[in-house]
Amino acid sequence: MRRLSPVAVVALLVILAWAVAAILAPLIAPFPPGRIVTRDTLADISARFPLGSDYLGRDMLSRVLHGARYTMGIALVSTTLACLMGVTLGLTAAARGGWFDMTASRILDAMISVPSLLAALVVVSSLGSSIPVLIGAAAVIYTPGAYRLSRAVAVNIAAMDFVTVARARGEGTLYIIAAEILPNMILPVLTDFGLRFVFVVLLLTGMSFLGLGIQPPAADWGTLVRENIEGLSYGAPAVIMPALAIATLTISVNALIDRIPGAGQGDSR
Amino acid sequence: MSAHVSVSGLRVTVAAAEGGRAAIVDDVGFAIARGEVLALIGESGSGKTTIALAMMGYARQGCRIDGGQIRIGETDVLALSAAGLAGLRGGRVAYIPQSAAAAFNPAQRLMTQVTESARIHGLLDRAAAERKAIELFRALALPEPETLGERFPHQVSGGQLQRITAAMALISDPDLVILDEPTTALDVTTQIEVLRAFKSVVRERNTTAIYVSHDLAVVAQMADRIVVLRHGKMQEEAPTAQLLAAPAHPYTRALLAAFNPPVRAPDAPPEAAPLLEVRGLVAGYGPAGRDGMPALPVLHDVGFTIPRGSVLGVIGESGCGKSTLARVIAGLLPAARGNVKLDGAELPARVADRTRDQLRRVQIVFQSADTALNPARSVRDILARPLAFYHGLKGDAARKRVDALLDMVRLPASLAERPPGALSGGQKQRVNFARALAAEPELILCDEVTSALDAVVGAAVLDLLGELKRELGLSYLFISHDLSTVRSICDQVMILYFGRRLEYARSGAMLVRPMHPYSDLLIASVPEMRTGWLEGAAPAHEATVVRNAAGCTFAPRCAAAVPGLCDSTPPPLRQLSKGAEILCHLDEATLRHTQPDDRKTP
Amino acid sequence: MNAAMLRLIALRLALGLLTLAIVSALVFTATELLPGDVAEALLGQSATPQAVAGLRAALHLDQPAWKRFLIWAGGMLSGDPGRSLVNQLPVASLIGNRLPNSLKLAGLTACVTVPLALTLGITTAMWRGSRYDRIVATLIIGIVSVPEFLIASLAVMIFAVKLRWLPALAFRAGVQDFWTMLWLLAMPIGTLTLVGIGQMARMTRAALVTVLASSYIEMARLKGAGPIRIVLIHALPNALGPIVNAVALSTSFLLGGVIIVETIFNYPGLAKLMVDAVSTRDLPLVQACAMLFCGAYLSLVLIADVVAILANPRLRQR
Repeated sequence: MRRLSPVAVVALLVILAWAVAAILAPLIAPFPPGRIVTRDTLADISARFPLGSDYLGRDMLSRVLHGARYTMGIALVSTTLACLMGVTLGLTAAARGGWFDMTASRILDAMISVPSLLAALVVVSSLGSSIPVLIGAAAVIYTPGAYRLSRAVAVNIAAMDFVTVARARGEGTLYIIAAEILPNMILPVLTDFGLRFVFVVLLLTGMSFLGLGIQPPAADWGTLVRENIEGLSYGAPAVIMPALAIATLTISVNALIDRIPGAGQGDSR
Repeated sequence: MSAHVSVSGLRVTVAAAEGGRAAIVDDVGFAIARGEVLALIGESGSGKTTIALAMMGYARQGCRIDGGQIRIGETDVLALSAAGLAGLRGGRVAYIPQSAAAAFNPAQRLMTQVTESARIHGLLDRAAAERKAIELFRALALPEPETLGERFPHQVSGGQLQRITAAMALISDPDLVILDEPTTALDVTTQIEVLRAFKSVVRERNTTAIYVSHDLAVVAQMADRIVVLRHGKMQEEAPTAQLLAAPAHPYTRALLAAFNPPVRAPDAPPEAAPLLEVRGLVAGYGPAGRDGMPALPVLHDVGFTIPRGSVLGVIGESGCGKSTLARVIAGLLPAARGNVKLDGAELPARVADRTRDQLRRVQIVFQSADTALNPARSVRDILARPLAFYHGLKGDAARKRVDALLDMVRLPASLAERPPGALSGGQKQRVNFARALAAEPELILCDEVTSALDAVVGAAVLDLLGELKRELGLSYLFISHDLSTVRSICDQVMILYFGRRLEYARSGAMLVRPMHPYSDLLIASVPEMRTGWLEGAAPAHEATVVRNAAGCTFAPRCAAAVPGLCDSTPPPLRQLSKGAEILCHLDEATLRHTQPDDRKTP
Repeated sequence: MNAAMLRLIALRLALGLLTLAIVSALVFTATELLPGDVAEALLGQSATPQAVAGLRAALHLDQPAWKRFLIWAGGMLSGDPGRSLVNQLPVASLIGNRLPNSLKLAGLTACVTVPLALTLGITTAMWRGSRYDRIVATLIIGIVSVPEFLIASLAVMIFAVKLRWLPALAFRAGVQDFWTMLWLLAMPIGTLTLVGIGQMARMTRAALVTVLASSYIEMARLKGAGPIRIVLIHALPNALGPIVNAVALSTSFLLGGVIIVETIFNYPGLAKLMVDAVSTRDLPLVQACAMLFCGAYLSLVLIADVVAILANPRLRQR
């Protein structure tokens, strides 16, 4: 493995920092996220409130730390589900071909042609907005992209001579997938996972910003921006900080992917 | 005569993986007189193409010309500005690329592209440039020269495109033409026509040229002088005849030896029991029609027998179905008709229906070692898998066996833990072969196994194949487009043309005249390692695909075809006195008459 | 135009229709996912039995699902997607009121975004590996990583609140003057341009770089062609198909952006209508809006496909 570039190292550190913050939020947050701790609403940065206070006078640092749990947790679960389903379907389609490949490709390609935010809105209009619904919706919305990528990569590998040799040897489909194809897919699939993670974060925060995502009292970073939006006119940290949190996370993931040697940028959403 | 082109101390570098720059061309110098053709010869990585491109002040992505001097006439090429270089390229120095198919812009008509450099450099107006292009088309023996320019690249055959690149280069009457492996991608019968056309225009116009190639025999036809390169350094420079007759440098001698593999007498007794019997094979791609025939039939009624311990060579040009044949025998592509028997027992058509023991006895080795080895696994893992799969070998026993296999293919055991990416081309092909051996097979299907390798490396792999055959009593089905390779290892040969077995020559009758007219053409088209061969070689006809032809598939290209017979009636199977079977209307006496004996048999 | 091309275009058309059919089935199913009685769930516990029964009839809930799908799809095709559950107005007229606004916004955005993105994509491909290329690539990564609502919010803060150059609300009734309209829409268009430009420029660059790496480009260079001639005469005609496809596919990102932008700038377009319908769970309206967006996007992709086929010299000249 080649040495990572300085940009990639910084990006990796930012991602790790947010991950640690999300995991340890209950331990390191100075206040419970829902408690009103000051009368000074939308306050500026101070020693007591390092990220200021929100529109009700709650501590922003505590709310951003707890918000990381929602934003990152939901995105991680959704992305993992989407990639698992996508890779499984993609590998099966590539290995089996025939009617399965045809049907799966047609349906999943049709799903890609529904813009993601639109799809999320349709689901929420019917099922209402709750964390399981959001996770399920995001997972299903991003499965087709993961499917398309893994199928394309797997089809390319399956056409290589070493797979033909394995087939001529008499190997079964499972062995060919597990031992010959999968090990060569790790890098593109990981890259795709990162891209999809960013998409899910953007989708979730966007939904929350519209008021159709995470519902109060729970609050992800998108909700935090929404509920403090009135502070925008004078640049209150309560609206800037969660926005910065989103941007640092997504830019870091994208920058890291961009610096991985040999990893192509996927273009399917 | 003063030098027209001179190069001295040329150095080209590339960014090295561990930082700094590594030289891929180092201290190269030569001079070319006006009207002279100089050949740069070497194997892959010798820097020959890099030098050729440097003549135009051009270096590919990642490369840099770091030193030296190149003079063309009075011009110091490396001192030119970007604009000066653009003025030089295509005007005073022209380039003929290896793959014409890739070098033509698919969106433009041929005439636009052929005349482009003359128009860019303002040498000729449009009408004059087009007149000159048509004149060049005619000189290059291209069909319909008046209207050829109206076509798009994909409407013209590969051999014709390659000749059109010569017109594209010569349109501006350049001071120097660079030919970069211009016939390497072509079939041998196409190559001879292209070579002939190139040679006549180069000679007629007294063009100064640099001819880059890996093929000494081709170069012998074209060049006045030869420079031998290796790892970016010059090994030897001499006039062509002298270099061929009395090579001074040991590397040159090795190159020459690799081009002339010794012809060996077939050593398998023909009465040995048949190991593989193939009868009436019909196969192809696409959905099967109502009659069971595939939509795109590739093989038509192919049959042969491989006696135990012998080698059958399958020869044919691209698209003749030779790789399809290997896939059918390996069970990867079920045949539409016909059967395959191994040791007298019928082999099921599909891999899935064969027993593990049947699978073990027939192994396949592919041409491209790069894609035949899983890049994600170590050499040891790759070799251990067939041991576990066929023989249940695990742990220490497997370890020992892998080491033994590596030793068998003359590779050090220290390579075992490396990934395939860390091996050279020749080493990869040996690992590839070791994997087949791990199964302990009786028959190995070798699909162009030496074609992607350099001549010297390929010759060594070929030697190894011969040794293993004798040691282990193996049989091979040896597929190749290269006659001299086949000649050096095979006991019998089969010649395929558009999926039909035109000739099947068993032991003793291998490639001796009289033979099928197509076999004759193939042999006559292989360049010989002597100057003046091209002038004496017989003209070949352009390859044409004739679909659903009622008569002989080869008739449109056959010099001896009988009109009214060969083009309308399928040829009968004919037994020749020396033991070959051919599909031909002509009898032995007629064939003998049309194949003069003054042409050497290889 | 020849038979091979016509056949290909017909195939694409058929595939496009099939995709539209699958999408409509997906949209319909997504709105059918609610377990239990939809009418009760939608109206809440306090609803009268009459109201529930009325809604059941309006939604054809007494019919099996596949029949409901056919009724719904038939309504869509005949231009009658039913009535709103909230205010009982015909969905068609609700959409009809909003559609011109959205088309205006989309058209103006396209006029800005497409030329800008193509310029960026083509120039970065021409000078790939240069400092300019790296800077643009970094900026693009930044832009595509930031949520749309953030870009829009920042724009409001800077241009409407701090500088007071532009209005925070993008719509005023009765505006006829083009320049006033442009002034009103400057921020939504700017935001959407930023949202769409990254992906579009990136994909354009990728398409052109692939072509620029081909042997015939090297050959043109070795014939003495200059950089501008190489891009305009040799590369672009071959990259046209992929570039048009890239532009069409990138509009998927723009659609997401439109939803956010219309909400933030309170612009009475289709997307705002849909977001409001989602909050009130007005299912027929949501379905109709969703189908309209998907249909528009699929048509764009289809047009791009056809253009790519028409631009392919191998198909044009058999």
